[in-house]
Amino acid sequence: MAELTYREAVIEAIAQEMRRDERVVFLGEDIAKAGGVFKATVGLWEEFGDLRVRDTPISEQAILGAAMGAAMTGLRPIAEIMFSDFLAVCWDIVTNQIAKSRYMTGGQVEVPLVIRTANGGGARFGAQHSQAVENWAMMIPGIKVVAPSTPADVKGLLAAAIRDPDPVLFFEQKSLYATKGEVPDGEHVDELGKAKVVREGDDVTILALGLMVPRAIEAAERLQAEAGISASVVDIRSLVPLDTQTILAEVKKTARVVTVEENPRLCGWGAEIASIIAEECFYDLDMPVVRITTPHIPLSSADELEDEMIPSVDRIFESVRREVD
Amino acid sequence: MAKKATAKKKAPASKAKNRAGLNDDIGEENRLRMWQLQLEVRHVEQRLHDLFFQNLIKGTSHLALGQEAISAGFGAAMRPDDYTFCTYRGHAHTLVRGTSMTGMIGELMGKECGMLKGKGGSMHLTDVSKGAMGSYAIIGAHLPIAAGAAWQAQYNNTGQIAACFFGDGTTNIGAFHEALNFAVIWNLPVVYVCENNLYMEYTPISEVTAVEHPAADRAGAYGLPSIIVDGNDADAVFRVATEAFDKARSGGGPSLIEAKTYRHSGHSRADPGTYRPEGELEEWLKKDPIPMYRQRLLDFGVKEDVVSGIEDAVLQAVDEATEEAKASPTPPMEYAYTDVWADGGSSWRN
Repeated sequence: MAELTYREAVIEAIAQEMRRDERVVFLGEDIAKAGGVFKATVGLWEEFGDLRVRDTPISEQAILGAAMGAAMTGLRPIAEIMFSDFLAVCWDIVTNQIAKSRYMTGGQVEVPLVIRTANGGGARFGAQHSQAVENWAMMIPGIKVVAPSTPADVKGLLAAAIRDPDPVLFFEQKSLYATKGEVPDGEHVDELGKAKVVREGDDVTILALGLMVPRAIEAAERLQAEAGISASVVDIRSLVPLDTQTILAEVKKTARVVTVEENPRLCGWGAEIASIIAEECFYDLDMPVVRITTPHIPLSSADELEDEMIPSVDRIFESVRREVD
Repeated sequence: MAKKATAKKKAPASKAKNRAGLNDDIGEENRLRMWQLQLEVRHVEQRLHDLFFQNLIKGTSHLALGQEAISAGFGAAMRPDDYTFCTYRGHAHTLVRGTSMTGMIGELMGKECGMLKGKGGSMHLTDVSKGAMGSYAIIGAHLPIAAGAAWQAQYNNTGQIAACFFGDGTTNIGAFHEALNFAVIWNLPVVYVCENNLYMEYTPISEVTAVEHPAADRAGAYGLPSIIVDGNDADAVFRVATEAFDKARSGGGPSLIEAKTYRHSGHSRADPGTYRPEGELEEWLKKDPIPMYRQRLLDFGVKEDVVSGIEDAVLQAVDEATEEAKASPTPPMEYAYTDVWADGGSSWRN
């Protein structure tokens, strides 16, 4: 095991897959010579060269369109959209083209590509560079949606996404890039569509994704220490496919569920999971499902205002304690 | 499956005959092929039109009647492994790659024999086995996608090119400009073909565009030469296509070609085209590519029975394909739930 940062795990995953498969190519804005605006692609251009690691103009439709055309004809492109907010300027290519082409052509067209993008808040960038938009992606049939919370998961899930025959939208949480964690040595490939129980507990299950996972774990430690509440924490990791089996098993065990979502309130992934729980194990519950989310308001940039909006450790702790007591 | 008309077998060995004074750089084999392709497009589209009015086809369709010379000219100049990307007005570009007429007519009729299993319809015709990489119904989207296919050809050094067809209206959407710039800076083997039929949907392109030639006048912005061709003359189209493809295959990068043409029908089947000034259609009907090309073949000394024989064979093929499509059952219900994912299924959860 080596300790890597979240951003180093991105680099390791891409390098691992590019060494293994000549079809893997990588394109995006400032990703080659500059090493990425978040420095999450440093060294790839130096190792793999101009033909495989390519800077693009600021043309998100061209980036994703070119990635799609290359994927349809035999390459395995990784495309970076610098901030997930910018998906809005190329959303046609994502939702109408990449996601639907296999289906609309009766299975003739394959689009094996990965769209990597820096998602979420915490960096004081304001409402157009801080959104958590995983719920946008989750609504579109035909695209897989992955959001890792640890360096090990970044490496394993990104490698799996690159090898996957379906298109994958891979959300990296920009506030996590500097965080560190143990990553298995050698080739590391995880499995898409599996949630992970990252903290065992008996009284309540906290479901979290991305940046909300470390906050949920910290809140769970405080709940144990300060309130004697034993909380289980599940890292959802993949919204599509969704690992309902792991989620439902935890819910049945603790009978209490809290979701912690960075996305704004309406149509967040927690609402979908709450509806599945209501349909499939309502009578196992001891309390209504509680959703902790960013409010349905554009994000502010000032430190105190942004922190007020995105679910914090304190807010998770207080909400869970209030509901469980 | 309906047999496609085969021009080559019917062509007489009269090629050696001297035709002094006529430009014969294209050759009889290519000319007869373009004749056949134009007829296939014309007669399949007319058949589709008829089937609509018999209520055997639902939804919408966008015919390219009058524009056949463009798809035929480019189609005849392509290699079998080249890629075609086209729009929702894409029956023509898909047909000229040699796709099954039955598969196409069946798709529009919503039958099991449809080329997309009844899951795409008129606006998404695709036959990957023939290099027809899709018909795209959101304006502009396929221009960068075609660049991506060309990138694959460049990366793997396959010598393939991508030909990308779109209408004049596409020149005013962002993806057009993103794709052109991108294709040029990456020097990609892609040929962009603007079919300027004077109207975007109902509005004349000239009313909403800053320049006279919506594609050609923008070429300079991307360091490309301005190329305009008579889109109703298959020979002229073939020449410009051959030149652009040769350039792309030899590492010379992309081209942007504006083909001037006119659609005889409205934008879609819902549109009778009443916004057109009186007499305009009649003027363009005098330049209908089909009778023009028939006359050209006769001028070149091709025998009338050869010219008509190809047309008869095409009509017979369209008839047979129509009957096969009519006889095909509707798609099995399980088709609704397949092909979302590579595993063939549609499950989003375990």
